[in-house]
Amino acid sequence: MSLRLAKRNMSPFAGRLPMSEVLSSLTQRFPGATTAWASFRDQERVIVSRERVFEILKTLRDDFHFNMLVDVTAVDYLEYEGARDRFGLIYCLLDTESGKRLVVKTMLNEPDIDVPSVTSLWSGADWMEREVFDMFGIRFAGHPNLKRILLPDEFTSFPLRKDYPVQGRGERHNFPVITRAES
Amino acid sequence: MATSLKGLGDNVFLTQLDAAANWARSNSLWPMPFATACCGIELMAAASSRYDLSRFGAEVMRFSPRQCDLMIVAGRVVMKMLPVLQRIWLQMPEPKWCISMGACACSGGVFDTYAVVQGIDRFIPVDIYIPGCPPRPEQLLQAVIDLQEKIKKGGTFDAREFALRVLPEGPPRFDEEELIRMRERNQPQLKGLGYDPIH
Repeated sequence: MSLRLAKRNMSPFAGRLPMSEVLSSLTQRFPGATTAWASFRDQERVIVSRERVFEILKTLRDDFHFNMLVDVTAVDYLEYEGARDRFGLIYCLLDTESGKRLVVKTMLNEPDIDVPSVTSLWSGADWMEREVFDMFGIRFAGHPNLKRILLPDEFTSFPLRKDYPVQGRGERHNFPVITRAES
Repeated sequence: MATSLKGLGDNVFLTQLDAAANWARSNSLWPMPFATACCGIELMAAASSRYDLSRFGAEVMRFSPRQCDLMIVAGRVVMKMLPVLQRIWLQMPEPKWCISMGACACSGGVFDTYAVVQGIDRFIPVDIYIPGCPPRPEQLLQAVIDLQEKIKKGGTFDAREFALRVLPEGPPRFDEEELIRMRERNQPQLKGLGYDPIH
């Protein structure tokens, strides 16, 4: 697998940068915006600032050939040991031609938990951003249809937040009871 | 007249109308499979040739509630599905019965989370409960046999026994006050990074 990828990277994609250079040129191009990065066993991760995340993702798509957005997800770091920020919003990118992957993460803190939507870059982001909104309440500015996707519309909480109780706030039992005599 | 009755012999039975109706109903149950999870697979196994639910006259599964009189809820029901379940139950014609199949339908099972209803009997009437995760097909067959017994013993021609069951039959409603008390007890642990009691 790795041999095959290495071979593929040799000739037909000669102009393409290797992965670590993507990170370094990203750091050069956006000084101060990339706060941390890591590389471990072919997993490349970079943490960027919330203000410039759209710009960076657009650059990654246009100039670094990450033509597919695999996933958008989030993590709530409330009560997480050593955490300094509340939410981590994660974009998983893939270059379908070379098979390279990059994980872009941005940290969010209340009350500023809105980020620009990337549906204009990858239209597949539509439902994934709706799911993140549904579960965490992170708002995506410019999203064409930002409403709940899994939970019913009348649901008012965001259940994957750590301060939401696992058993809910009684939503699961807020229904009329049908007795035998009336059915 | 007397001469014509003489020849009938064993061809005439005298019975109550209720008993005749119960006999007919209990031996031709039409299940509505409300299968949402792995219990549905056992339900299919019970209906297919190895276990053969048709030996008990209940093999004709219809996916239209208008044609059914036995709802078999097989699997967990989430809060988004419950209005659908109630609507299908109301669409079924009288007389009708309900089997709650498996731990999830009976009590929520291991899924004690914000979205999963902790037992369908909180919201619709249930006649027979089947334990198990998932139950064996034999258990479903036993439930059908028990339901036949129940219909034969208590059923009436115009289903007037249902009119007596005017109270909710499940456990009491979820105590939201207890949840608030629980949250107040846990409050000190949650102090920290941007704790927001509203969301």
